[in-house]
Amino acid sequence: MTELAIEATGLAKSFGETKALAGVDLAVRPGSVLAVLGPNGAGKTTAVRILATLLRADAGTARVNGFDVRTQPGKVRESIGLTGQFASVDEDLTGTENLVMIGQLLDLSTRAARQRAAELLAWFDLTEAAGKVAKNYSGGMRRRLDLAASLVGRPQVIFLDEPTTGLDPAKREDMWDVVRSLVGDGSTVLLTTQYLEEADALADEITVMDHGRVIAHDTPNGLKRVVGGQRLTVRPADPARHDDLLGVLRDISGQAPEADGRGTVTVPVDGDDVLPDVVARLRAAGIAVDEFSLHLPSLDEVFFTLTGTRSRDNDEEALV
Amino acid sequence: MKKRFRLRPALVLCKRNLIKITRTPEQLIDVTLQPIIFLLLFLFVFGGAIAHGSRHDYLQFLLPGLIGQTIAMSSVSIGQNMNADIAKGVFDRFRSLPIARSVPLVGAVLADFFRYLLLCVILVGFGYALGFRITTSPTLLLAALGISICFALAFAWVSLWVGMTVRTAGAVQGVMFLLIFPLSFGSNAFVQASTMPGWLQAFVNVNPLSHLVSAVRGLLLGGPVGTQIGWTFAWIAGLLVVFFPLALRGYIRRT
Repeated sequence: MTELAIEATGLAKSFGETKALAGVDLAVRPGSVLAVLGPNGAGKTTAVRILATLLRADAGTARVNGFDVRTQPGKVRESIGLTGQFASVDEDLTGTENLVMIGQLLDLSTRAARQRAAELLAWFDLTEAAGKVAKNYSGGMRRRLDLAASLVGRPQVIFLDEPTTGLDPAKREDMWDVVRSLVGDGSTVLLTTQYLEEADALADEITVMDHGRVIAHDTPNGLKRVVGGQRLTVRPADPARHDDLLGVLRDISGQAPEADGRGTVTVPVDGDDVLPDVVARLRAAGIAVDEFSLHLPSLDEVFFTLTGTRSRDNDEEALV
Repeated sequence: MKKRFRLRPALVLCKRNLIKITRTPEQLIDVTLQPIIFLLLFLFVFGGAIAHGSRHDYLQFLLPGLIGQTIAMSSVSIGQNMNADIAKGVFDRFRSLPIARSVPLVGAVLADFFRYLLLCVILVGFGYALGFRITTSPTLLLAALGISICFALAFAWVSLWVGMTVRTAGAVQGVMFLLIFPLSFGSNAFVQASTMPGWLQAFVNVNPLSHLVSAVRGLLLGGPVGTQIGWTFAWIAGLLVVFFPLALRGYIRRT
């Protein structure tokens, strides 16, 4: 049996009356990506903070890179890089100063720390902003600097807590490329996310969490088999054609379309093969459309399928 | 398994704090303008009444006292800054690094050394411009500043402990002032203890700031200082033994 890079069993943590984690198991193979998918308040951040030795679990055990987070936190800290949900860089320092500081704290010589800082700034396209105070960075730049800071020590295990929340789609793709190249270099990544699309794009396996519990664990394909593949969403230009649209979509997919009450109709489809057919049928029926998109199920749809209830955000827990 | 304390990471974080000060120099008001204002206030508002006319005599008496009082006042900011700083994400990063837990606190105290040095230089320099003269020697002046800064760096741990314990930066100031006002005014910093009622003299005579002020006075103006220096260092040791572990525990518990 090969040793797991991250292994957690029965993690539990309460904050006062609030049960943030109620017995969570996680397992990540070395060199792979695990996405922990869940809404705000699911306990994702709490789990990451326990694995990164920032918090102590009330119960359960966890090993990171073979070291126990409770009894060998120093060894764990030598193995990990952490990028928090809120960029954890020093706002009053420049990009270079931030990275050199981390390098020196990791016991690199000042010269080596400078070299590593320059390398990372170049990689993350921050060379031009290297001398600027991080306070003046855009959200995306700050995220990149934060991620760079967690990579200074070339950690074997990297925790990314919602690395793309709040980023625009183009920046999100950039971040995905970074994650892919980290894995290409042999790192193990645990990332938390609220987007199935992101988990699907990056992860080898996905753990779905809700209310402090794991409610599903599977490969992206396995999970999609359970929750259904792609969804086709169409909104007619003329609201009066809504019912006609329902009929067309029902004929094509063989399943009952779901209407969201705002005029938009969504139906599961097997792949993009059906698109030409849908377009032809809509044209034949003379239904003009305002919106026409093919996408993976949203987190809300995943939860509806897995739990039978709509996911509820619990923002007051998310910050813990 | 605990990570052993090493000096280099603390110096790295000391440098971080110094860089932050250069980016927002107004953080230095409490060690630059504030002591000057106190000196002018006490000398010209109260000086005439307290010293029966001889302002120069009172300046000689007042300046060592002000060193003690302004050092206590300036300790507020380290607890306040740390209280605000620790809420920021960068402390999550420090906690996730393989460095000893005490490093961020020690780094902040080391950076404060420069603030206190600045305070001493400004106070003595401005006092000199107003006519203050040491009657001993430059070496003893350095000794006086040395013991003052040592005391300041020990007293800073009280402020850090308060900063780690109360919830907001504003509350740090409130709690620290509750402590500092009785300590600085209930001392021999501004008037001779012999003018006070007996019960107050009893407090003044054990007050650590009184010992510091007496030691500094002796070193700058002459007179026996051995006992007072001994008491001052005893207080420095006592403050460190009690408040270093308390502040550290407060920091570790704060998430």
